[in-house]
This record gives sequence, structure tokens and C-alpha cells, in this order.
Amino acid sequence: MRRAAPAALVVGLALLPLAAIEPRVYLTLTIAGLAMGMLIFLVAAGLTLIFGLMDVLNFAHGALFSWGAYAGFTVLVLLNERLGWAEAPSLGLNALLLLAAVAAAMAVGLVLGVVLERVIVRPVYGRHMFQILITLGATIVLEELIRIGWGPNDQVLPVPFTFQGSWDLADVIVLRFPVVAIVLGLVVYGAIALVLRRTRVGLIVRAGVENGEMIQVLGHDIHRYFTGVFAAGSALAGLGGLMWAIFSQSVRPAMGGEQLIFAFIVVIIGGLGSVSGSLLGALIVGLSYNYVAFLLPKAAIGVNMALMVVILLLRPAGLFGSGK
Amino acid sequence: MAETLLELDDVHTFIGQHHILQGVTLAVRRDAVTVLLGRNGAGKTTTLRTIVGLLRPARGSVRLEGRPIHGLRPHAIVRRGIGFVPEGQGIFATLTVDENLRVARLGSDAGAPARLARVFELFPDLARFRAARAGTLSGGQKQMLSIARALVNPNRLLLVDEPSKGLAPIVIEHLVEALRAMKAHATVLLVEQNFAMAQALADDFYLIDDGRTVHHGPMAALVADDALKKRYLGI
Ligand SMILES: Nc1ncnc2c1ncn2[C@@H]1O[C@H](COP(=O)(O)OP(=O)(O)OP(=O)(O)O)[C@@H](O)[C@H]1O
Ligand SMILES: [Mg+2]
Repeated sequence: MRRAAPAALVVGLALLPLAAIEPRVYLTLTIAGLAMGMLIFLVAAGLTLIFGLMDVLNFAHGALFSWGAYAGFTVLVLLNERLGWAEAPSLGLNALLLLAAVAAAMAVGLVLGVVLERVIVRPVYGRHMFQILITLGATIVLEELIRIGWGPNDQVLPVPFTFQGSWDLADVIVLRFPVVAIVLGLVVYGAIALVLRRTRVGLIVRAGVENGEMIQVLGHDIHRYFTGVFAAGSALAGLGGLMWAIFSQSVRPAMGGEQLIFAFIVVIIGGLGSVSGSLLGALIVGLSYNYVAFLLPKAAIGVNMALMVVILLLRPAGLFGSGK
Repeated sequence: MAETLLELDDVHTFIGQHHILQGVTLAVRRDAVTVLLGRNGAGKTTTLRTIVGLLRPARGSVRLEGRPIHGLRPHAIVRRGIGFVPEGQGIFATLTVDENLRVARLGSDAGAPARLARVFELFPDLARFRAARAGTLSGGQKQMLSIARALVNPNRLLLVDEPSKGLAPIVIEHLVEALRAMKAHATVLLVEQNFAMAQALADDFYLIDDGRTVHHGPMAALVADDALKKRYLGI
């Protein structure tokens, strides 16, 4: 099977470190790796569809990640200062607070994404060099705006009480928030897969990813679908930013740029335009990063690059790529 | 009777810096089959891509029923009733046969079910492989699927680019039958290298050479004109 081999690769890769790491530590690392993978997936999912549908290289995706993080951070701080919702040991209030922050992060990502697409991406359809320059330019502007609005330094983010700390299951320490992140990633993946597989819009987007020209001469306004995909992808980037901020308990103006590198690696590993490929690629990157960071801290990012190279040598179009 | 459905007037099209079409003028009669002939690289595909708006003419006009369509975006052009069957089929290989047909169907008017039934009658293989990935079909079946996509909508004009390319004679025969059946429902502008196929189907011909339309007339006149055939088609 075309898809079974890449999946087996992930499982195999995930089991490999057991040889060198004690099982309890291994489990903790695995959960952290899966969580990191899911968060990268949130960023990569939009990136891969944006590229797949219109061949647009969107480097501003990382800035949307940062803006989502700061939007959610602001909601967390304000609601905690005024109402104490983060500190309250109440699952209901904590969950409500998290939902409010998620809504803010996604809304800000979505609105910024729509504006970016209309104003700066649309004029440079089909011209990669201009796309790279103009989206990098937008990134710099958006990051500077964060520095002006929130200051240039790292800030500590109030994590809602329920999501702090860990569960202790039979001597295995399971951090709570990573579990939330894994569940959220699966829910988002399921939702995207459902839309792509079961709706007419999804059918048109899948067809457009394979052949954008053909979808237009079958009577579909590809720009409309692209705006929709761009907006949804931007909202997910915003969500990813907030989740990452909670995960690392801090926000930084440049946080998006670093994540974008991982996301691009994942998109390339997974195959341009493939959401399932991105999920798998993100899990590979998240897991290997955590295992290697434990075993050989200095090699963590290098190993991801090496993985990308090896995968591309074996499968030039990526794990699930169509090679278009 | 000889009403013109599609009209190109002195169309010039550039691809990048290259001046590819340098004066294409043609008129397609309603309910007739018009064939566009010319050697490789003459500009046949470029002409069809200009009509559907994938390329924009730098000069000249494209009119459908007298109304200009050049300058509109591709989706808006084809929604005026044009079915496009591109060179190399352009099917979605990762989608199923059924999904290919569904993505092509725009709206569902009263005639939609009858048209779908007609498509499956014309191409029984497509009914048989409805659930299969289109990428797994044979070359002939892919071509049938590509034509079928153009038939699920109530199109007035069909643009078909080299449907016989790379297909076995027996499959081509089937295609000729299918295209002949289509004549009853729509006007056809056909690009075809296979002269026998062109002869079997066409009412009118246009010859294109180096990006210019150089001759046209009733197909019978071309069939009888050995000098013209030799000069432009090498046959
Ligand atoms: N993307 C492109 N860039 C540059 N030149 C192109 C491009 N596409 C087509 N051409 C050139 O335009 C000319 C016309 O090409 P076109 O595809 O319209 O020919 P055609 O008549 O359809 O030929 P064939 O019978 O081989 O399909 C050719 O000389 C071709 O090399
Ligand atoms: Mg051609």
C-alpha cells in the first residue's frame, strides 16, 4: 500500500529510541513529541493547502502564528486579571477561558489572513519570487507591530490551572497540556478530512490541488476557494500559535518564524498539498526532535533536516506527494 | 441556418515573451463540427486555451453568440455554456470517476439526470468503473471521462483538443461514434491530427500555420485538395 509504508515508517521510527531510553522517560518524550507534532501540524495544514491549491509560498504564515499567540495571550491575561479565571481551580472556568482565547486567536488569524490574501498575495499569483519577498516583508511588519503593541521581550503566559501540571499514571508522568494538544490536533485533522472528503467544497479543493487550471475551466472560481482555504489556514496558524504559547508558557514576537521552519520541513516531507502527509510529517518531526533533544541535545534540529533529506531522496515528492 | 456561435477575430496571444498566435480568425457555425488542423506547434492548443480564457489575447476579440468573452476569467467563460476537453485529458487522477463527473457538474437542472444517463450509455466503461480512481483507467477510458465531463452540463459548445492522441484505432472508432452522437446536442470545435477522424466528423475546416489561420472552407473541399493537404499537413 502506498500509504501504509509511510505510516509504518513513523511507528518504526518512534520505537527505535526505546533501545537507548528508559521506558518511562520514553513515554514522556513520546507524548511531548506527539504534542509538538500536532502543533506543527496546525501550522503546516494551512501552508500545504495554500501551496497545493494556488502554488503560493506564504512566508507570512509564521506571523499569523505569532499574532494568534498574542491575541490569545491578551485574552488570557485580561480575563485572569479581571476575573481570575486562569487561577480558579475550576474546570468549567478554565475551559471557558481557554475557549475564549482560542476564539480570539483564530479570529485574529482569520481576519489577518483574509486581509493578507486580498491585499498582498492576490497581486502576485504565479510569481514565486515576488511571493517570497512580499510575504517576508509582511512578516517583518507584523512582527514589528507586535513589538510596538506588546513590547519586545518574552512574556509569561498564565496557563489555566486545570491544564497545568501532570497526571501520575502508574509512575508515568503525563503532562496535561500536551494531551490537550494531541486531542485538539486529532480533532482538527478529523475536521479537515471530513470537509475534504465529504463536502462539495472539499471535492473542488481536492481537485484544485491536483490541477488548478482544470478546475477553472470546469467553471469554478478558484480565487474564491483559495480565499477560503487561505482564511481557514490562517485561523489554524493562529490557533497553533496560541497552543504553542501555552505549551511553552510564554510568548515572543519572533516565535512564528521558528515554527515556520518546522512547518515548511513538514510540508515538504509530507508532500506538497497533502494534509495527511503533513500530519505524518509533523509527527515524525515532533517525535524525532524530542528523542534526539534528549539523547543529543545539540543535534535536534539537524536531525530534522537530515530526515527531510533522506525522505526526499527516497520519495522526491514527499510521503504522500503526487509529484505534480 | 449558418448562424455563427463562436467567432475569433484577429486574435493575437503571447506566452511569456513569445508571440504565439499572430492573427487567428475563425467562425464556428452553430450545430456544425469545425475542425482546426495544422502541424505540431502551429497554435491549435493555444487557440483553444485563449478561447476558454486560460490565456488572454493581447489583441483581437473572441465572441460567443456575438458577445465578447475575452478578458473574462475562465470559470465565467465556460459557464456561458462551453465544455472544454483539453489536450492530455486533464482528468483528476486522484479522484474517482464519479468524483470527476461530480466536480464537473454545475448546478442541477431538470435535464441533468438524463444527461448523466446518456453519458453512461455512450461510455459504458465509465459506469462500470464509477468508483475507481481515474488515474487507474486506460488511456482511452481517461479520454472518455474527459469528454464525459464536458457532457454533464447543458453546454452549447464543445472544444475538444486531440482526443485521438495515443489511442488504438479501435478506441478511436468508439470516440468517433461518441463525438458524432454529441453533434446532435452541441456545436463542436475539434482539434485533430488524425485526418481520417477529422474527415469522418467535420463539416468545416480551418488550417492554422505559424499562429495564423491560413485557409478555411467546407471539409469536403479540403479532402479534395491534395496540394493544400500536402503543403500544410504533409499528407
Ligand atoms: N508555455 C510555453 N512557453 C513557450 N512557448 C510555448 C508554450 N506553450 C506553447 N508554446 C509554443 O507555442 C506554439 C504553439 O503551441 P501549441 O501547443 O498551441 O501547438 P499545437 O498546434 O497545439 O501543437 P500540437 O499539435 O503539437 O499539440 C509552439 O511553438 C510551442 O512551442
Ligand atoms: Mg496541441
